[in-house]
Amino acid sequence: MTSTGPIPIFNRMVDNTARTDRLSEVFSALADPTRRDIVARLAVGDATVTELAKPYNVTVQAVSKHLKVLEEAGLITKTKDAQRRPVHLEAEVFDLMTKWIERYRRLAEERYRRLDAVLETMADDDKEEDK
Amino acid sequence: MTTSTKHETQIIVDPDVPLVRIIREFDAPVEKVFRAHTDPELFKQWAGPNGLVNEIETFDCRTGGAYRYKSSGQGWEGWFRGSFHEVRPNQTIIQTFNYEDMPDGVALERIDFEDLGDGRTRISSTSLVDSFEGRDAFVASGMEVGVNEGYQKLDAILAS
Repeated sequence: MTSTGPIPIFNRMVDNTARTDRLSEVFSALADPTRRDIVARLAVGDATVTELAKPYNVTVQAVSKHLKVLEEAGLITKTKDAQRRPVHLEAEVFDLMTKWIERYRRLAEERYRRLDAVLETMADDDKEEDK
Repeated sequence: MTTSTKHETQIIVDPDVPLVRIIREFDAPVEKVFRAHTDPELFKQWAGPNGLVNEIETFDCRTGGAYRYKSSGQGWEGWFRGSFHEVRPNQTIIQTFNYEDMPDGVALERIDFEDLGDGRTRISSTSLVDSFEGRDAFVASGMEVGVNEGYQKLDAILAS
């Protein structure tokens, strides 16, 4: 049995494959604990690759690799000016992610408010349970 | 619609596994909240997104049982089905969830019911899928029709 016509919600998964692929890049870029740590530090302020590499037991190259993943996901940019080229966090991408999750949350909340209503109508036949 | 949020639904998007967790409390005893999940006549009244109507074909909510139902509205209809793998009264439901037009996309769901006392109950519901892409599509599907500015802004930012 297949459905036809515009699907209000579920074909978003199909129609927006390209977009969700990019959102997935953001999510999976953040799936790594080192990259999450880097992002947390950049949330405080811009920093150079050398500064970012300092607290870890890894090479600057290894950190650069993590930064490349974050950059491709659109989470960070390398500032063009000067030789320092500090790394900058694109906070807006986070705001959007939060917004997406908030919409998902709202759908769940709507569903559970209907459950609240159903639970209220059940108040009277509560005793049916131990018959 | 006003949003008087007595019991805020909480969403947790796990960074390490492709899982979404939803937590919500109810002003009803655990027996009642559980029954609203297992009795098809009650379940169909609240399941799914706003604006769609559910018609149940099968709903055998016990360990080893299965369900299948149709949701329709706004000129659309779709079938959903899954298996009840483990059903422990007033405690836990472990089931699969599938939208039939995407047969490979099967989510493993677990709903835990916690008796908070004083006739209150907390539900913790997790959905696990087999890839981060699938999970993120799941979360992104929360973007309803007509709410596209988020996508467009994300496109613009990610393209720059």
